Amino acid sequence: MPAVTETIDTVQSLTEGTYKYGFETDIEMEFAPKGLNEDIVRFISKKKNEPQWLLDWRLKAYAGWLKMEEPLWAAVKYPPIDYQDAFYYAAPKAGPKSLDEVDPELLKTYAKLGIPLKEQAILAGVEGAGESPADSGRMPIAVDAVFDSVSVATSYKERLGKEGIIFCSISEAVQNHPELVRQYLGTVVPQGDNFYAALNSAVFTDGSFVYIPKGVRCPMELSTYFRINAKSTGQFERTLIIADEGSTVSYLEGCTAPMRDENQLHAAVVELVALDDATIKYSTVQNWYPGDAEGRGGIYNFVTKRAQCRGKRSKVSWTQVETGSAITWKYPSCVLLGDDSVGEFYSVAITNNRQQADTGTKMIHVGKRTSSTIVSKGISAGRGQNTYRGLVRVAPTASNARNFTQCDSLLIGDQCGAHTVPYIENRCMTAKTEHEATTSRIAEDQLFYCRQRGMTQEDAVGLIVNGFCREVLKELPMEFAVEAQKLLQISLEGSVG
Amino acid sequence: MTAPLHTGAEGFLHRFDGLRTRLPGARLGWVQQLREQAAESFRAQGFPTRRAEAWHYTDLRQVADAGFDEPLSILGAAKTLPAPHGAWRAVFQDGRFRDDLSSLDAAPFVAASLAAGLGTLEDRLGALARPAAEPMAALNTMLFEDGLVVTVPAGVAGGVLDLLSLGSATDRPAAFHPRHLIRLEAGASLTIIETATGPAQARYLHNPVYEIEVGEGATLTHVRLQQESPRAFQLGTLYARVAAGGTYDNFTLNAGGKLVRNEIHASLDGPKATCHMNGAQLLRDGQHADTTTVLDHAAPDCASRQTYKTVLSGRSRGVFQGRIHVHQVAQRTDGYQMNQALLLSPEAEIDSKPQLEIYADDVKCSHGATVGEIDADQLFYLRARGIPEPKARSMLVEAFLAEAVEVVQDGAARAALEAAVNGWWEAAA
Repeated sequence: MPAVTETIDTVQSLTEGTYKYGFETDIEMEFAPKGLNEDIVRFISKKKNEPQWLLDWRLKAYAGWLKMEEPLWAAVKYPPIDYQDAFYYAAPKAGPKSLDEVDPELLKTYAKLGIPLKEQAILAGVEGAGESPADSGRMPIAVDAVFDSVSVATSYKERLGKEGIIFCSISEAVQNHPELVRQYLGTVVPQGDNFYAALNSAVFTDGSFVYIPKGVRCPMELSTYFRINAKSTGQFERTLIIADEGSTVSYLEGCTAPMRDENQLHAAVVELVALDDATIKYSTVQNWYPGDAEGRGGIYNFVTKRAQCRGKRSKVSWTQVETGSAITWKYPSCVLLGDDSVGEFYSVAITNNRQQADTGTKMIHVGKRTSSTIVSKGISAGRGQNTYRGLVRVAPTASNARNFTQCDSLLIGDQCGAHTVPYIENRCMTAKTEHEATTSRIAEDQLFYCRQRGMTQEDAVGLIVNGFCREVLKELPMEFAVEAQKLLQISLEGSVG
Repeated sequence: MTAPLHTGAEGFLHRFDGLRTRLPGARLGWVQQLREQAAESFRAQGFPTRRAEAWHYTDLRQVADAGFDEPLSILGAAKTLPAPHGAWRAVFQDGRFRDDLSSLDAAPFVAASLAAGLGTLEDRLGALARPAAEPMAALNTMLFEDGLVVTVPAGVAGGVLDLLSLGSATDRPAAFHPRHLIRLEAGASLTIIETATGPAQARYLHNPVYEIEVGEGATLTHVRLQQESPRAFQLGTLYARVAAGGTYDNFTLNAGGKLVRNEIHASLDGPKATCHMNGAQLLRDGQHADTTTVLDHAAPDCASRQTYKTVLSGRSRGVFQGRIHVHQVAQRTDGYQMNQALLLSPEAEIDSKPQLEIYADDVKCSHGATVGEIDADQLFYLRARGIPEPKARSMLVEAFLAEAVEVVQDGAARAALEAAVNGWWEAAA
């Protein structure tokens, strides 16, 4: 959890360009040789002690990737990426051990980021640090911490294990639950799905694995915290979540990286599978380093996230707050296969300075009476470019399907851009789709009203922006919502006045 | 004996090779240059495929694969003409001006054949069309054979001009590429009611390009009734530029044709210019109709309104793509776009892509899109009052369409539209 509470005053004292997670951890690392080739794929697979089938799977993805072309259709501009000029594997030398043996440097890093790896710890600030979860009456949060290419710790494993829940790094899952990994890996996002998914399939290093057994309601929030630390590395995590019949899980994801002048690539794949009556709630606060005011540095966040609602009455809800990254290319999607299944997408995306975001969702209706809701709020400031791109497709089989989409854009300053590109494809007579989109700037009268009551310009903008995003923020788990609100404010620093 | 027909882009280029010395303007250097450049870009682009974003939902293979012929003279002889909608009429057959059927002499504006007056049009022809960007405009520029040139002098109220385009039934399907140039000078006004039609069995390609200039404070109302033969193709590209305080009001009804595309590029170039782009698509059987609009807000304080409605029955497929582009200078833009589709058949398909691209901050832009079948509650309401189901359904469809038509202000234009909508509905029922 990047949830570090500070007073609004502290937030405001931050000047433009201060990215509070921009520090670097000095720790002894092990790298694969620079560059990308079949040997690197083999190296990663060997490092992870993977079975032959997985190596073959990676090699097949790599061979496919070589033949693919980088997609250029998104409304983002960046110089060509040299895929040979990066490390595809970087891990702290001391391998992952039990929670008590984690390198103190790493613990310090996560402490600085506000991530409680110690099981008794709870989120600082929400209830006051030091209290135990039992005292506060608040559920603890289980964390899987991924540092560059590997998972360094996962908390509450045993407690979750008692319920039959598997929560571990995907590398561990490959060792301990190969049958589950083999059954589901790549079934939602196939190896050759797109350029970045193929690259990920070839070189993915770690990520989280979640399996919730039949009928189990996961007793705590599960979360993964991704940290890119090493220079010239790419992070390629792979997350796989399976919610078996009648189960429920809420999963959170956070990410940060040091401030650097170089651009680092983050190409993740997330696959969600919801069986009959299962519910998965997936929340993201994406706060990768966005680059400086001039657009130097920052993460390229090219991510494929997709859920399959395979079961009847299954439900997947994506909530994302996208404040970081130099470039975001991300479309968390739902394939609604099961009858009466439900897909939701709630998104806030902010671009400030030179950030570019092309993000949205796909809702593919196949099952009968499937329904989907899309609420997207885009905020552009500085020289930021923000695009909502979404697809709603209704197959002839999806009788009485229903979609509602709302995309609102807010412009702050006259150098930024806000774009809306929805695709609606309906092949079913009894289906009903509705789409509406608006673009406007912060209304003068709203600002005047706030200013008149003694608020500073910046506070007033913060208040109005929070109101604008409310519909989405209320979908976030409480701790994330607190954090997200503050992030919004920080992200817009320097954009007004 | 007929020579084997070349198909695809190759066929058009091949015929251009044979025709280049016989097309209008063959002796005018600038016309030749325009045609050659267009041929080059058409050669480079070919027929657009679905891989091109602008053509993602419309597959032109059936047009490309049909072997066409560009006739050098009028093929058919129009027997009976539909009654004119206005006092002045310009008639085109197979893309060529029919002086004998037209009545323009007493008009308060200048209207004449493009082929006849080509020598004087160097500054107008190609002023707005972009053959390098739009392949169908390239095809038109390469092969245009005629067109209508209209100039309404400053301050003149031009009244209603009826523009009739007739396709002919021929052994070999004909392709014609008329180029219409319409200019309204400052403060002028004109209503154009355009009908494109052809005999039921006729198979042809009608590929018009319009270059429309609306001067300061001028108002052009442009109603297009596309009622082509059910076997015909129409791929029209319209470019309009509106100066300060001017209004361009376009309504396009797509009711005929086998595969139809109505592509409009309008640019609001001066402050307080206004553009209305509205339309209805009434589709049945295996018809495919595509309305694609690009609205450029290139000046401050402009307003635009778009409402498009599509009714689909049979195996028809409707496409709506609408993009509003607000440039950075276009502060205080007010843009609105709505497109709605009513599905009457389980085999119909609608694809919709409303798009906003905004680079100015002081704007108010919105769009909406809905797709659905006839509302069950409304149907129940009517049936509960003793109205039989078929009648109730037809009332609801009519009401859906009435909303599209009622935005048309001009009386004559609206009457023409209502007649066309009723005609389609009677034929469908």
